[in-house]
Amino acid sequence: MFDYSPAPEAKLASFASSYGHFIGGKFTKPQKTFETINPATEEVLSQISHGSAKDVDLAVKAARNAYEKTWSKLSGAQRGKYLFRIARIMQERARELAVAETLNNGKPIKETRDFDVPTSVAWFFYYAGWADKLDYAGMGASPKAHGVAGQVIPWNFPLMMLAWKVAPALAAGNTVVLKPAETTPLTALLFAEICQQAELPDGVVNIVTGFGDTGAAVVGHKDVNKVAFTGSTEVGKIIARQVAGTNKKVTLELGGKAANIVFDDAPIDQAIEGVVNGIFFNQGHVCCAGSRLLVQESIHDEFIKKLKRRMETLRLGDPMDKNTDVGAINSKAQLQKIKGLVAKGVKEGGDLWQPACKIPRNGFWYAPAIIDGVSPANTVAREEIFGPVLSVITFRTPTEAITKANNTEYGLSAGIWTEKGSKMLKLADQLNAGVIWSNTFNQFDPTSPFGGFKESGYGREGGRAGLAAYLKGGN
Amino acid sequence: MRLDVKKTYKLFIGGKFPRSESGRSYQVSDSKGKHLANVSLASRKDVRDAVSAARSAQPGWAGASAYNRGQVLYRIAEMLEGRRDQFVAEIQALTGKTAKQANAELDAAIDSWVWHAGWTDKIDTVAGSMNPVAGPFFNISTNQPTGVVGAFAPQDSALVGFVNTIAPAIVSGNTIVVVTSEKLSLPALSFGEVLATSDVPGGVVNILSGKESELSGWLVGHMDVNAVDLEGASKPAELELMAADTVKRVLRKGSYERLGSSGSLQHILELMELKTVWHPKGH
Repeated sequence: MFDYSPAPEAKLASFASSYGHFIGGKFTKPQKTFETINPATEEVLSQISHGSAKDVDLAVKAARNAYEKTWSKLSGAQRGKYLFRIARIMQERARELAVAETLNNGKPIKETRDFDVPTSVAWFFYYAGWADKLDYAGMGASPKAHGVAGQVIPWNFPLMMLAWKVAPALAAGNTVVLKPAETTPLTALLFAEICQQAELPDGVVNIVTGFGDTGAAVVGHKDVNKVAFTGSTEVGKIIARQVAGTNKKVTLELGGKAANIVFDDAPIDQAIEGVVNGIFFNQGHVCCAGSRLLVQESIHDEFIKKLKRRMETLRLGDPMDKNTDVGAINSKAQLQKIKGLVAKGVKEGGDLWQPACKIPRNGFWYAPAIIDGVSPANTVAREEIFGPVLSVITFRTPTEAITKANNTEYGLSAGIWTEKGSKMLKLADQLNAGVIWSNTFNQFDPTSPFGGFKESGYGREGGRAGLAAYLKGGN
Repeated sequence: MRLDVKKTYKLFIGGKFPRSESGRSYQVSDSKGKHLANVSLASRKDVRDAVSAARSAQPGWAGASAYNRGQVLYRIAEMLEGRRDQFVAEIQALTGKTAKQANAELDAAIDSWVWHAGWTDKIDTVAGSMNPVAGPFFNISTNQPTGVVGAFAPQDSALVGFVNTIAPAIVSGNTIVVVTSEKLSLPALSFGEVLATSDVPGGVVNILSGKESELSGWLVGHMDVNAVDLEGASKPAELELMAADTVKRVLRKGSYERLGSSGSLQHILELMELKTVWHPKGH
């Protein structure tokens, strides 16, 4: 092994010292502020406003007003052109957005630059084209928007989750009130500026920052017609209860505990890369992460040996360094959660291994980990860790692999590694998961529907299904 | 003079006709209040037995070819047609409908099975997709059944509402536990006999009669139920709260107005899950 010289990205993003909410096309005066930090350094980046129920009410009123007076009266073609404009401006400011995301989230710049931002842009381009083609969405002729959409998004892909929510909502003709995650509000606030630059009519997009209570106020507001949430299953259940008995339409993208199944006839080197990508991409802060490795017993020893060798080459450190593979854990709370669950998994009989790596002095860090010899009842085989921790389970037959893979309350994604097409197709039919990656992992595209079975939520994002979720007559 | 041989109305669970495990029954009267039958009053244990039967039957039913499921559903229509007189008589007695009206209800029920039978092998043609992703991947989305559905048939319909609760669920490979209308339960219970002679595997449809308000909590709260249809439920908001505990899919009360009361593709799809499979393209 050899060392890499540092290759830091330039700090091409700057932030105001404090931010208010973005309501009715304007930023409000910052109030009740809290710090937002860089989790890699703990440096304070800006002061963010903690939205109250009153702020949410103003945002919903602005969204309702924009819906009634402007947005619902525009033709689909004109709405689409606004979305194309937004996509273009995001491309123009792509590097700035990537840097901002890395600073606020802690994820490596190579991921924000090559994945988060381009995927976000692609989402706007894709749904821009749908805006004047709603008759083809499968909801009959001239389908109508719901009205005001309340959207609450997580901290793992802050800008991309915004794009997944805002682009289809606007294309379908809704106006939105969006609540970004408390630890990662900055790219959403930059996006507000982009809406201004695109001259998007005031109130079509409103952004209220804050904590869980702010999100609850968005979901619970009586004039919100459609609720879209991405986050934990725990909060998803609270939201499902909150909307019970109302007419609100809901889509939920919740947690996962994906099985990444490796057969003895798999392309092993490719599978190693896929397993590493599946769990260590974005520090494992991915709802569809391949967090359970199901490896066929006959190749277990050889596979784990190769996997460990590959993990030793992962570079953990400064997220702004272009060579970094594993960045910072997003928050102190998340780091504590990961440590707690791993300790439990070891206590319950798991065998923990982590490569030696230098942990920076400041910030929140967790070295990539595998826990071998995990029994199906072990906490780390059942609970979502949402960190760079891979639980290893073995199986002997395809039937056993299916039983073990499906033995979870979740059903978001799964991976299959085999060179045998017929085996793959049968397994894909039998796996209870909304997205199945075969001989690949963690692929996303706006044309491709994404979402889960069972407690991983309901509704889909991406594709025609993702559009239908924002139209009346759809679910 | 010859005395009629009357039928004992029992539950339909796992392809068998048990009485309620609780030993309870309740009286069903005709439209004028005259006693017609003592019907099984299902209990919590019956709900659990029914869900267990539905779960066991689900992979096999979903795994049957769409062509095969279509044939089985068409067979239901055939069997229902053959027992027309029995159902017309039950509908008339319960509702006071004329023979013409009762026959029209039966027509609608039979035709609904024919309509659904034709859908099994067309759902993915219409509602699936090949997705043109920006990379070297084969990417396909297909619809798969959600799993076990717990349903409450409309209270005001003797047969056609019941049929249009079951058909959209099982057409795609779901299995169902359905609670009949409490007062109009006889045709729904007789329908078990149609299913039993239609090549429908035991456990695909499980029929419970009784008090919806007593059974609904047990059925909606059951951990092994994936989706609930609350059309015929009396406390839908309370049940939706329970459904949230395991993120069940919910067809709210009043959904049939949106979905069409005689079944629709959207109704079928709301009891299905879109599954997307990626595979690299290359050499």
